[in-house]
Parts: sequence; structure tokens; C-alpha cells
Amino acid sequence: MAQGQMAPGIVAGRLSSDELAANFDDLHPAYAPHEAAVAADRCYFCYDAPCQTACPTEIDIPLFIRQIQTGHPEAAARTILEQNILGGMCARVCPTETLCEEACVREAAEGKPVEIGRLQRYATDTLMARGVHPFTRAASTGKRVAVVGAGPAGLACAHRLAMLGHDVVIHEARPKAGGLNEFGIAAYKATGGFAGAEVDWLLQIGGITVEQGSALGQGLTLDALRADYDAVFLSIGLAGVNALRAAGEDKDGVRDAVDFIAELRQAGDLSALPVGRNVVVIGGGMTAIDAAVQSKLLGAENVTVAYRRSRAEMGASGFEQDLAASKGVRLMFNVMPVAVHGNGAAVEIELEYTTSAGGSVTGTGETIRLAADQVFKAIGQTLEGAPEGLELDGRKIKVDGAGRTSVPGVWAGGDCASGGEDLTVTAVAEGRDAAMDIHAQLSA
Amino acid sequence: MADLKTNFLGIESPNPFWLASAPPTDKEYNVRRAFEAGWGGVVWKTLGSEGPPVVNVNGPRYGAIYGADRRLLGLNNIELITDRPLETNLEEIARVKADYPDRAVIVSIMVPCEEAEWKAILPRVAETGADGIELNFGCPHGMSERGMGAAVGQVPEYIEMVTRWCKTHYDKPVIVKLTPNITDIRYPARAAKNGGADAVSLINTISSITSVNLDNFSPEPSIDGKGSHGGYCGPAVKPIAMNMVAEISRDPETQGLPISGIGGVTTWRDAAEFMSLGCGTVQVCTAAMTYGFRVVEEMKSGLSQWMDEKGYTSVSDFVGRAVPNVTDWQYLNLNYIAKAKIDQDQCIKCGRCYAACEDTSHQAISMSEERVFEVMDDECVACNLCVDVCPIEGCISMVPMQPGETDPRTGKVVQADYANWTTHPNNPMARAAE
Repeated sequence: MAQGQMAPGIVAGRLSSDELAANFDDLHPAYAPHEAAVAADRCYFCYDAPCQTACPTEIDIPLFIRQIQTGHPEAAARTILEQNILGGMCARVCPTETLCEEACVREAAEGKPVEIGRLQRYATDTLMARGVHPFTRAASTGKRVAVVGAGPAGLACAHRLAMLGHDVVIHEARPKAGGLNEFGIAAYKATGGFAGAEVDWLLQIGGITVEQGSALGQGLTLDALRADYDAVFLSIGLAGVNALRAAGEDKDGVRDAVDFIAELRQAGDLSALPVGRNVVVIGGGMTAIDAAVQSKLLGAENVTVAYRRSRAEMGASGFEQDLAASKGVRLMFNVMPVAVHGNGAAVEIELEYTTSAGGSVTGTGETIRLAADQVFKAIGQTLEGAPEGLELDGRKIKVDGAGRTSVPGVWAGGDCASGGEDLTVTAVAEGRDAAMDIHAQLSA
Repeated sequence: MADLKTNFLGIESPNPFWLASAPPTDKEYNVRRAFEAGWGGVVWKTLGSEGPPVVNVNGPRYGAIYGADRRLLGLNNIELITDRPLETNLEEIARVKADYPDRAVIVSIMVPCEEAEWKAILPRVAETGADGIELNFGCPHGMSERGMGAAVGQVPEYIEMVTRWCKTHYDKPVIVKLTPNITDIRYPARAAKNGGADAVSLINTISSITSVNLDNFSPEPSIDGKGSHGGYCGPAVKPIAMNMVAEISRDPETQGLPISGIGGVTTWRDAAEFMSLGCGTVQVCTAAMTYGFRVVEEMKSGLSQWMDEKGYTSVSDFVGRAVPNVTDWQYLNLNYIAKAKIDQDQCIKCGRCYAACEDTSHQAISMSEERVFEVMDDECVACNLCVDVCPIEGCISMVPMQPGETDPRTGKVVQADYANWTTHPNNPMARAAE
């Protein structure tokens, strides 16, 4: 018997297994072949296509859609994967509404873009269902490259290097490869164990060894890596989480949204995963939305996203905002946390209204209290554990356009490195491009 | 609502939309339902001689060409004439005509090229009370191998001969249905007229192979791994059909010969276009096969609305109105100069006009960093390709230059008067005439 939405506190099993299964099903179900054909027919095959320009990995979108249209989804997949080896995951998690699909001329024409993301998934799913890997390795170069972190940037870099004939060792702190694809991102965006399956498929290229439980600071040093390998690529992500800086932040029930999301992604049985009756998520990015929507889908009665700036300034896209609203999440704007109240465990959160005109956030003095037995912090991640000696750009590792850090022989990419948005697709592009630069240097 | 009543060869029908001789008109059951659905007339599926009926293949009879979303653009078939006994068809025709006296019932006939054969069947058709006959000189597949159908339609002398037999042995209107599988449609049309035909109908289907199966290399439709050319019809053939209709309409030798237009009529607009080129009625098959009989409702309401908007009270008000405007290339006005113009407000920046012009035409469209596409008048020859490939209707238009303006491409001043190739200085024939 399910506990129901009204059960007080943070409890597991609010919904039945069937309800949970339905709630966490594929957000965008895969196309059937005829749906794909109809969707592909809508592409105008634009000249110097705006969608391709908008894609951080610059996939030749008109070409791959035309290949779907002419009955060759596997060839379409190859077109995608040549540019973006994690094209399968990107098809699921890319904010296409702010990238390729926003740029689609049919968005301008009729407010209804070609569904590029779903078409990309159709192509990559078709190819991956065959269980084959479309690329082969070049002859061995005898060069060895260390990649630190098996997230999207690290995997993309490793794959490209392996394809070019180099031997790669990926050092990964966690027990599974995949990075945020495996531990971040809402479950309904990558159902059926896709993240893990994609990593296994990617590694079929050969020449890549993943060493789990191996991380900088845990027996691994940059100096040792530089000594042992011909090149080093750092893709260590953002391991730190910003603090709320509000009174009562240490009370039970207050936790980092990224931990909740990771726990949910790894949960074998969602009905065993506890969630509050009244959940408040602090933040305004994708992580905040993912945590809020999934809390609701687990059966929380009231879920609120509290963001300190206005809707227009929110990091989460309009699509994500609408998704949250459609699941029953309340979006509050221009409110910031000042205190978490409760005797040991959180019971209420006190928010202060703000004005955010001109960029800076100022409290108005007026406050509101919301019932909150669970509070998720989703106010951004920070670089943590970066090796000494690397020049930083703000709070990230400074890199140039090719991904080179200030230290010779060391490249970096993904969320830990400067430049680009913190997106899977951007990380893939950075990993790939760094690999090409590493290859050029090792071949010189 | 405008009255769609049609009088074609003295045969009245409540509207000009007839079902063509084809599977939809093969039997009483279908034709009754078609009349209930509102069709103005039918041409009954082709009857053959008395005796054992023809047989059809027992595999696929149709092949198709698709547009986006499997929209049927072209259909071909290898079905033969009716495979039901002659007597059955005649009885049904008589019953249907008796019950629907206000609808046109035409009987399509195809028998061997012997006068005795025609002399035998015509009185029996006459007994049904049908309003007229249509001679099937058009089917390009199957029957043509036996010296009938298109095999007759491809020999003007045979057309004239058989038409004359029919006029001799049958006293109601005789319509000759022409095959498009010839080089010049005017010859068979003239032959029909010379034989005494009251009208021609066209086009019958076009010899075609719709596709090839790339696994077993059989043409489609495939019968046990082999294919035979079929007759092509549907929206894809409309431009070919309209040209042939126009050729007959404007040929001095056949001018005024009534025409029943056939070939891809799918909407009221298609019908209006055929009629403007001289057709007194139109015949439909593929649209009915694709959408069912009720598609005629749109055709009727659409044609009627357009007539109201234009102030036409009878279909005869616009039949043939486009014929005087169909001319030879040599008479086109070479002083007419237009330039493409892109409406920037409507442009969605797909760049298809640019690719078309830059790669395959006159390099007359520029593209800026911001994807603004503009026509360079000094290069534009007004070919219209940009208009044709633009996905937004009305975004690119062809704007005529005014007399007195200077064409930046040629540096010449646009002239107000009409001048064609026959008098052009580059024409050697024109020089010779001086």
C-alpha cells in the first residue's frame, strides 16, 4: 500500500510501483519509423543550416535528416556520431529548444521546429540497437594519454584519441563511468539504463581502459600523470556545491540536489527512495528543475522551485519551466532563502522577496514561509580538487580554444574548464577538440 | 451558390464532376453509391466483347509514388477492362440509368478493331438507355498487346475508322478517349474529329514503371518477381494532361471540339484549371480511390465558391477562358522584364533560394553574415527558380519592371510595346524575312 502524498516527513513509497513506472517513463518516447519519416520530411535542407551552426558539436543536421528520410537511419547515425560520439545521450538531454530547434527556420516560420532531437535519437537508437560500433581504430601510435574523469568530455576525448590510434586510460573516481550522464540528469530523460549502455558501446572502439576509484588527490597527482603519459586531459567536472548561506542550512532534510538526483538515478527501486511531503528546491537551473520534477513524480504533495531572480533570468529553459509546471511544480521567482526553521529537522523555509533589476539581487524585506520538510540546494556547482599549478579563469581551469591549459601537455574540457555552457553537448565538443589537438601534438 | 449544372454534348448532369472509367465505376453497387455521394456522372468501366471475360492478375495491380507523409502523388495500374460478364454490366447500367435519370451515364467500350465486333455490341449498349459511349483507345497496358486500347489510339487511321463505325451504328454521343502515349496529341484528336466524334476525353494513363524493388530487382507492382509497365495517373500527371488538352483546344483543326478533361483532378481548383483550358466536364479516378467518393463534396463547394467570387453563374462562363492565352514560345513578349523580390518580413532564412540560384542558376542572390538574402537585380534573369524552391508561399515574387525603367542586368530601357522572337534581331529567320 502506497504511503500517499499526504504522509508527513520524508518517506519512501508515496506512490505505487505502477504509478512510479509511469511517472519515470521516457519523456519523449522514441519515434516509430513512420513518425520519423514524417518528421524528417519537414526539414527544408537549409543552406548553411542555422541548426548546424547552433549545435556545439556542429552535427550536419540537414544531411542526417535526409539520410533518415531516404531510409538509412544507420548512415544518419554515423553522420551524427562522427561529430558527437555521445549523440545518443545528447539526443535525449540537449536543451534543443535553445540550440538546434530554436535555430530551425520552421521555428521562425510557424513556431514548430523540425524535431531534431527526436530524429537524432531515432538514428542513434537504430544504430546502437544493432550492437555494432561504427568506427575502427587507426594503427597504434604507441602513445599513451591519461583522461581524468569519465564524464561526457572525458569519454568524447578518449574515444577520439583511441580512434586515432592512441592508448587511453580513463581515471574515474566513481564506481561507474558516464559522469553526469550516469549520476546527474533526470531519470525520465535517459531511461532503460541508456547512459551505461552508451558507455559500453563507446568503449567497443578498443584501446580505452577505465580505472575506477582513481582520482586526483586519491593517490593520483598531475605530476605523476604527466610523467607516466604522453598527454593528460582533465575532465573532472564540478565536484563542489555552493552553500545557501541561510540560517538553519544544517538541519535535517536539507541536502544537495545533485546528491538526490544521483541517488535517484542509481536507485534500483524507486519506491524505496524517500521524498518529502513539502519539497522546496532552491535554484533556477536545470538541476533545480530535475530535482523538483522528480520529487513531484516520486509523490511529493507540494513542490516549489524558489529562484532569486526573475523568470526571464532563469537558467532553465522555457521548455523545462513548462515541463515543471505541467507536472504540478510551483515556480516562484524573485525569492531567496533566509532561514530554514524546525527543531532539528526542517519544517519550514523562510524566503525573502527580491528585486533583481540591473543584475544584482536585493532583498525587499518582505518574507514568506513555506512548509518544507525537504529542501534541495541547486544553486550551482564549483570546481573542487583541481591540481595545483593550473591557471584559473574565474572559478574554472583556464583553457584556450583547443583545450590547452597553462601547463604543457595538459588539456582540460567539460564543466571544469573555462568557455562554453555547462552542457553535455558542449563537453563532448570540448573533449573531441582537445583530442584532435593532442593528436596533432603527439603526431608532430 | 453558383449553379454547377453542366450540358456536355446535350447530356445534362448536375455538376461537371464525372467518375472516369476505372474500378470505381465497375459495378452497380459502386455507381449507385457514387451518385448518392453527389457525382454528376460516371463513365462505366470499359466493356469488352461478348464471351469469356478478360482475366486479371491475382497479385498487386497498383504501384505508387509518394510525397511527404505518404501523400499519394502518382498511381499506376495493370488492371484490364471489366472482368465481369457483358450481360451483367448491361443489366446493371440499365437499372442505374433508370434510377438516376438526371446523372450522366456513359459506357466505355473496347472491342477488337473489326466492324462486326462494334456492330454487335453497340445496339446492346444503346438498349441500356445510357447517355453516350466512350471509346477506350487509351489503356497502355495488357489490352494494347492484343491490338486494342492504346494500340488503336496510337494509329490515327484506326481512330478515325472505328469512330466512324460507332457513329454509323450508334445514334447517341460518341466520345473518343485518347492515349497520351504518342508524340503529338493533335493527330489522334484530329482523327477522332474526322471520324465524327462528338468529343474527345483525355488523358488516359501514361506508360510507366513506378519503382524497382532493389532486393529482387523486380519492377513494381511485382507479380511473382516480374513487372509490366502500367498506366500512370494521379496528381503527378496533371501538367501533362493539361498541356495535351490545351493543344487540342487551340489547334485550328479541332478548335471547338468538346473535351472531357482527365488527369490528376483532385480538387475544385484542378477542375477549374482543366475547364479553363476547354474542358466541358472533368473525369476523376485517383482522388476518389485515395479519399473515397465523398471527396466530390469539396470539389462541388469549392468550384461553386470560386464561381461566386468571380461572378460566374454557369460553368460555361469560364470554360475555355484560358485557351487564348496558350501560345507558342515564339509569341511570348520578350519586352516583358521581371525581377525576383524577396519579402524580408516573410523570409525564414532557410537559404534555399540562395543555394538554388548560386549553385544552379544565375548567381543573383546574395547572402549576408546575418543570413539576409537579397536579389541582385543586375544578375537576375527572373527565372523563377527561387520562387519555386522557397517554402514560404508569397515570400518571393516576380515583380514586372515598368516601361521607362532601366534593366540593370542589360542596361537597356524597358519598352512598353510588345515584341517577340519572330521579329527579334537575333533570329536568323527574322533577318531572312527582311
